[in-house]
Amino acid sequence: MANKRLVTTTINGEVFDFLCRPQQSLLEILRDELRLTGAKEGCNNGNCGACTVLLNGAPVNSCLVLAVEVDGAELETVEGIACSGELHPVQQCFLEGAALQCGICTPGFLVAAKALLDENPAATEQEIRFKLAGNLCRCTGYDKIVRAIQAAGAEMQTATS
Amino acid sequence: MIDFEYEAPTTLENAAELLASHAGKTAILAGGTDILVQLREGHRSAELVVDVKNIPDLNTLTWSPETGLTLGASVACVRIFADPDVQQAYPAIIDSAQIIGGWQIQSRASIGGNLCNASPAADTIPGLMVHQAECVIHGSGGARTIPVEDMCTGPGQNALQDGELLVELKLPAPAINSSSAYERFIPRNEMDIAVAGAASWVELDDDKTHIVAARIALGAVAPTPVAAQAAAEWLVGKPAVEDSFAQAGELAKQVASPISDMRGTEQYRVHLASVLTKRTLQRAAERAAS
Repeated sequence: MANKRLVTTTINGEVFDFLCRPQQSLLEILRDELRLTGAKEGCNNGNCGACTVLLNGAPVNSCLVLAVEVDGAELETVEGIACSGELHPVQQCFLEGAALQCGICTPGFLVAAKALLDENPAATEQEIRFKLAGNLCRCTGYDKIVRAIQAAGAEMQTATS
Repeated sequence: MIDFEYEAPTTLENAAELLASHAGKTAILAGGTDILVQLREGHRSAELVVDVKNIPDLNTLTWSPETGLTLGASVACVRIFADPDVQQAYPAIIDSAQIIGGWQIQSRASIGGNLCNASPAADTIPGLMVHQAECVIHGSGGARTIPVEDMCTGPGQNALQDGELLVELKLPAPAINSSSAYERFIPRNEMDIAVAGAASWVELDDDKTHIVAARIALGAVAPTPVAAQAAAEWLVGKPAVEDSFAQAGELAKQVASPISDMRGTEQYRVHLASVLTKRTLQRAAERAAS
C-alpha cells in the first residue's frame, strides 16, 4: 500500500495538517479524519454536489479531489459560512423559507449558493438554476431553494448598499 | 478506490520520466472529473497517478491575432469560458465548455482532459475540430504535434503513447467574417451526456451573403468525433440561408454511424446529426455576420 503523505492546508481560515493515502478523497479526509462532517457523500462520483466545498475560492466536488492535491490550498466548507455565531444570509433564508426537507443536499447548496452570491448577489432565477445545476435535491423540488437564494441575495445587496 | 502512488511533477521532463518509469500503468490527472471516477469504479487501473496541473506549460492560456490560441491541457473550463478573447474568436469552444457538467465540474475539468478521455460524446472535441486544433504532445523522446482529429482512436482510447502527455492545444486565429457554434441534444436542460452533438464553423464573403468556407464535426454518432467533410465542401459558394444549411445537414448525417443505446436509437441519432448541423451552421453564420 502506498505510503501516507503529509498535507498542510487552510480550512475556514485555520491551518490543518493531516496524513492521507494518495487514493483518499478530500471528502473522506474532511469527514473521517478532520471530523468536518458538513460536506455529505451523496453519489461519490461528481453528480450530486452534496460534497461541495470551495477550493481556492472555486466550488468543487470534494469527492472528485484527492486529499493529497490540496497541499498548500485554501478550503472553505459549510462549517465556515456562519460568521461569529451569526448565520450567513443564505443559511438564514434557507431556514426561513423551509428550503430543505431531509437536509442531505443542503450543505452543498449553501456552499455553492454562497459562492454564487459572492460573485453576483443579484443573480436571476435562471442564473441560479444554471449555476446550481450540479447540486441535486430529491425532496424539495428546487423552487424553495431558488427563492431562498434570491432572498439571501437581496439581503446581501441591502447590507452593502 | 484501488491503491496507487501519486506524484505531482512541475516540469515536462519530470512528468515524462515518471510516465515512462511505470509505462502502461499510469493515469494522468488534471481536473480528475473523469479519471478519478474511472479509477474508483474499476474502469481503469493505475499504479501511479501523475498530477500534471502544476506544470506551467499545461496552464497557459494566451491569444494573439497572429498566432491564435495556445490552451494548456489542464486549464479548467471556468477559466476558458471567462476569457474574452476565446469568447470572441472561438464561440464553439465556449458553447461546449459552458455545458460540461455543473459549476463544480467546470471548476476542475479541462478541455485537454475532455479530449484525452476520448469519449465519443465529448462536448469540446467537435469544436476543437472545426477550429483546426493541433495537439502538442511531450514524451521522453521529445515533442510531437498531431491534428486533433487524430487524437481519439476509439471510445476511451487516445493517441498518446506510453510516457507521453498532452501539453497544449494550438488553435489558429480564425479568418475574418467567420464564426462557430456547438450544440448538443440532451433530454434535460443541464448535466447530461450528449445524445448527439455538432459543431460548425462558417466563413462568409465580404457581403456576408455567401459561404466562402465551412467545417462541420459531429459528436456521439460514431466511435470517435467525426468530421463531415463532404457537407462542408458542398457549402462553399452557397448562399448563407436556411435551405443551404438544411441540405448540408442532410449531407452531414451520412458520416454518422451511431449505436443504439439508452440515450437514443441509431435512427434518432442520425436524424439529430442533420438537425444539429443545420442549427449550428445557422448560428455560426449569424455570429459571423454580426
